[in-house]
Amino acid sequence: MPDMANVGKNTPRREGPEKLTGRALYLDDHAVPGCWHGVTVRSSVPHGRIKAIRFDPGFPWGECAIVTAKDIPGKNLVTLIETDQPLLADGLVRHREEPIVLIAHPDRATAYAAAKRVTIDYEPLPAAFTIADSLAVRAKIFKDDNVFKSYLVQKGDLEKGFALADVVVEGEYSVPAQEQAYIENNAIAAWEEDGVMVVTGSLQCPYYVVKALKVLLGRDEKHVRVIQTVTGGGFGGKEEYPSMIAGHAALLTLKCGHPVKIVYDRHEDMAATTKRHPAIVRQKVGLKKDGTLVAQDIEVLMDGGAYATLSSVVLSRGTLHAAGAYECPNVRIRSKVVATNTPPNGAFRGFGAPQTLFAAELHWEKISDALGIDSLALKRKNLFKIGSVTSTGQILRESVGAAECLEIAVKRSNYAAKRKEYDRWNKNPKNPTWRGIGLSVCHHGAGFTGSGEVYLASRAGVALTKDGRLFVLAASTEIGQGTNTMFAQVAADALGMPFDWFTVETPDTHKVPDSGPTVASRTTMVVGGLVQRAALELKCALEAEHGRVPKTSADLKKAAAALCGELPARRFEVEYEKPPEVVWDDATYKGDAYGAYSYAAFVADLEIDKTTFEVRVRKVTTAQDIGKAIHPLFAEGQIIGGSTQGLGWALLEEPVYKDGVMINSQLTNYVIPTSLDTPPFDVTVVEKPYSRGPFGAKGVGELPMDVPGPAVAAAVKHATGKLIPTLPVTPERIAEALK
Amino acid sequence: MIALTVNGKKKSYRGAPFARLIDVLREAFRLTGTKEGCGEGECGACTVLLDGEPVNSCLIPVCQAAGRKVETVESLGTPEKLSKLQQGFLDCAGAQCGICTPGMLMSAHAHLKKCGGKADDASVRTALAGNLCRCTGYQHIVDSVLSAARKTAKRGKKA
Amino acid sequence: MRGDAKSMTVLTARSAAEAVRLLAKNPGALPLAGGTDLMVGWNMGLLNGRAVVDLSRVAEWKKIRASRKSVLIGSLVTHASIQAHPVLRKSFPLLVQACATVGAAQIQNRGTLGGNVANASPAGDTFPPLAVYQALIHCVGPDGRRVVPILNIFAGVKKTILKPGELIEAIELPFLARPPARASFRKVGTRAAQAISKTMFAGLIWLKTDGTVEDVRLAFGSLAPTVKRLAAAETFLKGRRLDAAAAGQAAALLTSDVSPIDDIRSTREYRLAVSRNLLVRFLEGAIR
Repeated sequence: MPDMANVGKNTPRREGPEKLTGRALYLDDHAVPGCWHGVTVRSSVPHGRIKAIRFDPGFPWGECAIVTAKDIPGKNLVTLIETDQPLLADGLVRHREEPIVLIAHPDRATAYAAAKRVTIDYEPLPAAFTIADSLAVRAKIFKDDNVFKSYLVQKGDLEKGFALADVVVEGEYSVPAQEQAYIENNAIAAWEEDGVMVVTGSLQCPYYVVKALKVLLGRDEKHVRVIQTVTGGGFGGKEEYPSMIAGHAALLTLKCGHPVKIVYDRHEDMAATTKRHPAIVRQKVGLKKDGTLVAQDIEVLMDGGAYATLSSVVLSRGTLHAAGAYECPNVRIRSKVVATNTPPNGAFRGFGAPQTLFAAELHWEKISDALGIDSLALKRKNLFKIGSVTSTGQILRESVGAAECLEIAVKRSNYAAKRKEYDRWNKNPKNPTWRGIGLSVCHHGAGFTGSGEVYLASRAGVALTKDGRLFVLAASTEIGQGTNTMFAQVAADALGMPFDWFTVETPDTHKVPDSGPTVASRTTMVVGGLVQRAALELKCALEAEHGRVPKTSADLKKAAAALCGELPARRFEVEYEKPPEVVWDDATYKGDAYGAYSYAAFVADLEIDKTTFEVRVRKVTTAQDIGKAIHPLFAEGQIIGGSTQGLGWALLEEPVYKDGVMINSQLTNYVIPTSLDTPPFDVTVVEKPYSRGPFGAKGVGELPMDVPGPAVAAAVKHATGKLIPTLPVTPERIAEALK
Repeated sequence: MIALTVNGKKKSYRGAPFARLIDVLREAFRLTGTKEGCGEGECGACTVLLDGEPVNSCLIPVCQAAGRKVETVESLGTPEKLSKLQQGFLDCAGAQCGICTPGMLMSAHAHLKKCGGKADDASVRTALAGNLCRCTGYQHIVDSVLSAARKTAKRGKKA
Repeated sequence: MRGDAKSMTVLTARSAAEAVRLLAKNPGALPLAGGTDLMVGWNMGLLNGRAVVDLSRVAEWKKIRASRKSVLIGSLVTHASIQAHPVLRKSFPLLVQACATVGAAQIQNRGTLGGNVANASPAGDTFPPLAVYQALIHCVGPDGRRVVPILNIFAGVKKTILKPGELIEAIELPFLARPPARASFRKVGTRAAQAISKTMFAGLIWLKTDGTVEDVRLAFGSLAPTVKRLAAAETFLKGRRLDAAAAGQAAALLTSDVSPIDDIRSTREYRLAVSRNLLVRFLEGAIR
């Protein structure tokens, strides 16, 4: 049993003092001597052929570096999954804000001025802005039918299932896009150094950028180097997008022969970069009159924007969570993600699951009305437990905290009593508000789906230098969630050494192995697990060479010298090994979709002002099973932070599109919660350990995003009697529903 | 030439009078602790104190700061010697990605100076309403500020 | 971020007279007070190459002077300073409340009352209180001084009737002859803080001892290109016994004076529904 001096404790944030004193250097804080500033000229039409690119003759173009698609040495491609997205539009644009021309100049203001002096003539083509228009192929955007990807999940016999049902309940739910709104906009710098393209910046996945640059520049890994700078928030918005902006900076630096910085302002970042996929979900559910689920027929439609990017994986996760955290013997899930002439959508915390779980959870309120049984009772009846079988036929053998989370949240929020109390409150016309309390319970698979982790083949390691310094080596990035601290905690306890002895190496692809992307709630469970294994290998080596694990600094130096001998350092690196019991079939979409699921229950207690229909969440009570809280305070921080983003999506946030572009692309009109918009949070962390996670840990990053939306909508239904099947639940929508 | 006091030191700026205070601080004086998040006065990441009052430095041309006192996050403490407020943020996990933190600290610092031990959940949230955070959901930030306020009240001194 | 500082010409005024002179000599120069609006446009690169007259040194415009009949608020007084002033807090609470809703602390410490008025946004937070307090805008320009009632100063969305080179030097609030039976301000925004309003109400009402309306002043912002007094509702209510029926009828007259629209923040329907509610609540709350 590993020593637990650090895991489970609230160790001070590793890079905390630097961040708190303004010493931490984010990309634009780095003085890059002699750097030029890069800007992007973007499409002003949603779909069209480029007829001409005209440069205003009155401008000193000789001072600038100009890059178009023809300047690309390798392939004009943003490498990710499909091969449909060019780095720079070449002859054809498929969305507003698509990058066409890059310009760099030593003076930032002049660079921006230059961008205004480029005129592009288009021959407009028909455009499709909605899922319906895309399916009707009003515009041909991707292949022949505009479908990036589709899935079919089948379990049991749907027809038989519906035949057994006493009641069938249908509903359609829709959720909008969501902007990540990290406070640090996308920012990248690039320069050539001894034949190596060096890229630094605000990013989540350094090796994704390496892969993209290799294809773009026609180079191998040795001649591309990506280094993450301190990053001011990501939430998925810096998962794949940095590959594009890095490509832009790389091309510009090659053109002008100077380092290049590209730092977006808020307007550009919001208008041009990826968002959460909007979705429409249709639920058709059959139940016995006692509330037992017998059939679920679910249809999921997502809008991927103009290029595929991560749509196939977002849809996958959405599909695999679409039935909710409930057991049903007969299930069919059909899902599609389609192309529209809007900026491509991509990763945002939750990655498809919040969209389908919104529908799955809220639908229980409709079912409750149809059956005359309280939704809590229905959920208790059908909720996942040990031995349950999921929609893909996965048997949940361990670590299922769903019921425990539900009961804790129900108890601590006084849910049952409040349901009755607010029913009484709402009957009194003299009261100035309506009150409601709503509940949701969701699951969230940790790690990459199915064979994803095998495909990633992630590696991580620890190193001990000859002079006794210890390093954790992983490409996982610190983006606020506590990676640096967690890795040091895990390594320290695996080795039984003090936390302070460990340095977490900067994610620099010339120094650390490819641990896979910092996404999918995998950093602790998967990569932390690799770090733990690597640390244990070092432990064995130390015990073999030195007789014991060093306990003092002096001892460590002696041991290091002995272990390293002639070498400058000894490095212990391990690769991901799929647990043998995890079996997944990509072709049939059956089997163990994820090694483990985390679970969350969330109760939203709110009131609605009768005069203005404004919603005020008075309290949130939540219990979340994450296997093990490596750092309890940071885990709570993820839960509260993720819940707040979820509340923002539920009540405030909506990108408004006109002619295929976001027109509220600033923080004035894209409204995220302030300190006065957030309620007090009562958080309970439940620990149902997962045998394959380091110290029992599963995932925590995305789970909190799944639960607020449906809980808020359920609470609004309780308060007003109206089921509003769409987000955000704005005062306007409430007023409309109550007319 | 524009003369102003920054973190207690007399500084002069010889560039364009309409340069923004945030750019003068970050680029001319190499005080990069203050951050730009939006350029609209919404996010508060650029918050500094101007004659003791929190303002958005992205909206102030430096000519309007002439002869005045500016305080940035660099004035609060160092990694070796954190202020009570910074220590509060470390103890209570008030910083995650950290990009909003300098601005948040300046607003909190001004608030604690004004009301010291009387700070409560409501007053802190109001004081920080102009500082957006996307990571924390604010609760740990409020806990951090109140933790510092309590320590200050105990000692009877200013934070 | 897109502003080009080198391209700007900065002219500094240290007195009202100098401000007027500088603007007369530099037509097209932009007056700059707290900058909370101008600098947003500048950051987008929209004002490069312009001349700016920095008014922030005009000391006489930063004063708040109370006389027997009114308070004269210098145009450069900030929203924060207004909230702190004891006479304004006591006698013009709706303005103080409105100033507390402008952005957040950072904006309130810089934004000025004169700048708010001169900017003439349809959603100007201070305008409904200024309208019901019947504020007088003191202007100074190349042709001298004049006083313009608040409702006449606005010409349309972001437009005032100020002539070229004319500036606001003070906002005068006449003391109310007697305290109202009810005074109320409410801003309905997009969120709890830093919100642009969807609708905004200020109301003052005086009642006789028999429960009839002696006088009433009702104003809404964000429901028309400029702030509006509800002339029809006010006329209807004056002299009438205030009861629930009268409140409802007054609310029905709302659309005679306002014309809300659908926009990026809200809908016409919502604005009307909520505005009627606000008005009814205000009036019902005053019923004896």
